[in-house]
Amino acid sequence: MLYREAGDFKTSYRADEQTFPIASERVLFWGAMILAFCVVPFFVNSYWEKAVLVPLLVWALIALGLNILTGYCGQVSLGTGGFMACGAFACYKLMTAFPDLNIFFVVILSGGVTALVGVLFGLPSLRIKGFYLAVATLAAQFFLIWLFNKFDWFYNYSPSGQITAPPRTILGVEVTGPNAPPWATYLFCLSILFIYAWVARNLTRGRVGRAWMAIRDMDIAAEIIGVDPLKTKLSAFAISSFYVGTGGALFFAVYLGAAEVTEAFGIDKSFLALFMVIIGGLGSVLGSFLGAAFLVLMPVFLKNMFVNTMGWPTDVAAHIQIMLIGGLIILFLIVEPHGLAQLWRLTKEKLRLWPFPY
Amino acid sequence: MNLKKVTLAAAMAVVMGTGPALADLVFPSLSYRTGPYAPNGIPFADGYADYLTLINERDGGVGGVQIDNPECETGYNTEKGVECYESTKGLGSLIYQPLSTGITYQLIPKATADGIPVHSMGYGRTSAANGKVFEWVFNYPATYWDGASIAINHIMEQEGGDISGKKIALVYHNSAYGKEPIRTLEELATKHGYTFTAIPVDHPGQEQKSQWLQIRRDRPDYVLMWGWGVMNSVAVQEAANIRYPMDRFIGIWWSGSENDVLPAGDGADGYKALALANPGGDYPIYEDLKKYVYDTGKAAGDGSNPGTVLYNRGMYAALLAVEAAKKAQEIHNTKELTPAQMRDGMEALEITADLMAELGLPDFGPEFSVSCANHGGSGLGKVQQWDASAKEWKVVTDWISADREIIDPLIAADAEAFAKENNITPRDCN
Repeated sequence: MLYREAGDFKTSYRADEQTFPIASERVLFWGAMILAFCVVPFFVNSYWEKAVLVPLLVWALIALGLNILTGYCGQVSLGTGGFMACGAFACYKLMTAFPDLNIFFVVILSGGVTALVGVLFGLPSLRIKGFYLAVATLAAQFFLIWLFNKFDWFYNYSPSGQITAPPRTILGVEVTGPNAPPWATYLFCLSILFIYAWVARNLTRGRVGRAWMAIRDMDIAAEIIGVDPLKTKLSAFAISSFYVGTGGALFFAVYLGAAEVTEAFGIDKSFLALFMVIIGGLGSVLGSFLGAAFLVLMPVFLKNMFVNTMGWPTDVAAHIQIMLIGGLIILFLIVEPHGLAQLWRLTKEKLRLWPFPY
Repeated sequence: MNLKKVTLAAAMAVVMGTGPALADLVFPSLSYRTGPYAPNGIPFADGYADYLTLINERDGGVGGVQIDNPECETGYNTEKGVECYESTKGLGSLIYQPLSTGITYQLIPKATADGIPVHSMGYGRTSAANGKVFEWVFNYPATYWDGASIAINHIMEQEGGDISGKKIALVYHNSAYGKEPIRTLEELATKHGYTFTAIPVDHPGQEQKSQWLQIRRDRPDYVLMWGWGVMNSVAVQEAANIRYPMDRFIGIWWSGSENDVLPAGDGADGYKALALANPGGDYPIYEDLKKYVYDTGKAAGDGSNPGTVLYNRGMYAALLAVEAAKKAQEIHNTKELTPAQMRDGMEALEITADLMAELGLPDFGPEFSVSCANHGGSGLGKVQQWDASAKEWKVVTDWISADREIIDPLIAADAEAFAKENNITPRDCN
């Protein structure tokens, strides 16, 4: 139906090994990209930007980062909220200390700062595994939040501990601050996500990614065949934190515009990111997107349906929404324990063989 | 992925397309009836909604125009608050009252850019009292820093005017909200010579054993509290457990509702809290509310909250919004208001004792007036004390004013820092 593979021949290894080996899927991908980059910006309004698209993009980036660590390298982390906070505060300090530095580089540098912190908190992973490591990363979560709340240098001595993103521009267009046009913030996040996802996809297919997966599948066997656990685990922590830190910077500077560390980067954010990765699909770039889409869009969608369309009281709607999302998570995990990405993979297999699936 | 996205987007487009498009005065309510702070969010939201219903039913709206009060659930969560703001601002919203310091901080830059007034009544960013820098933000009738100073003034009165050498501790919600009074209390400490200790309690505040152990050890002469939600009742209970003298334990006006003291039973007797307005249901307005709202089945929520402190406060917030709207209609000689006109109304707001009596709430709140430069009101507060046997709050002082000598320079300095960080040129107020 969607796929017509007749006449789609591969004549080189390069063609066979590409990310989208099926021609019609390449068309679909580039079509979606053209839609996202060239069409959506003309229609996006501030509701779609602030409530739907920007949170979706930012969370996809964060889920992607966590997926590198948990999905590809097998190291469970509950420190995502802390690393997001690290990115956000690095971004705030850089924005206020160097007002002339382009926000694009500020965001990337914030990722860099977070990567260093991530490596530091990744060190225990060399000795402890599984649940024990999860608890160690939990310490990162609580320590970082405490740190950013305790020392007022981090929030420039403001009496309330709130950080507010000052307006910054790219090519003369504001992308942070209250006056930033919706299309600009959307395109800014989309471009960063596009680059990062592209890099992630290729990293995971290359030597680094294979080393991660070897460690994930069996670390002793990996060590025997010559994979260095120190380099591999720490590189996973570094790159994952780099992604999460960038996501945290965008979360604060572009999406919220102001943040309070205990409220915006609490432990619930760590769990949310972990749920996204598990529901979307561990070890899958597409899974990160699907998981983020599910957990960001579903609540907004349900809220609008219950309150605006059906006219329910807001508290009833909020409670039903929590129950429904919980139920859906369980349902999806029963139907497909490997996540939404696997569901899509199976559907694709079926579609490729359609109308004669076996 | 794409198919799913497209269907979802299409479905959402359908859902989004159906909003009310009425030419009303829109006062959205970013309320929270769920989550850890719901016990405090519900009475406030009910009071707000019921007062607006009363105005619609009894007076036929403000100047004949009905008030629309769309509610949006925030759960005290800033991201949901942003979603709520974005989804309601298109309805022609005239005023936002989020009842959350975190969400207020989010909305200050956004609402300023969109030109919609925010009224954070007795909460939010204190320096928003400086109307020269914060054109669109109001926090009358009093601010947190006023509250801190009022509490200290009350303590001075108790101690016969001299509190040098005394120990005063602050138990605070470890967030933007709880941190607000610290600087003021430090400044006041240097002026009056008391020793000040700040003791943080992390969200949501269910566990305070170590904090109260510290208080038990240090034995401060007075304990102040900046708490919200479950933190309040836990603190009152813990204070009772360590037998701290309750009349030396003073909460801010957000730590002084019935929910906060009832769980501690008799142990809470004598606990004090500041009051922005009087507690209790003994006002003529309640007769009207009964006739037009409760008896006609139009009451918000389950109808169990009338007369409580936070219900009264929600009602007071709605009252101030309605009076500002009346003022705006008068100034601009129009019935339908724009947010900018509403802002002018808020800036010209003047609450007198006669006006409050006329509105059915005699001797309820302070007299104050708002001006271009002063968005913080008069900064007056009372002290109320809990009587556990009668299960009611009793007002024990008259209006106490804040130490303007300390607070005004602090507000000016913080507002100036904000203006500098965000490239705002303070406007000229003549």
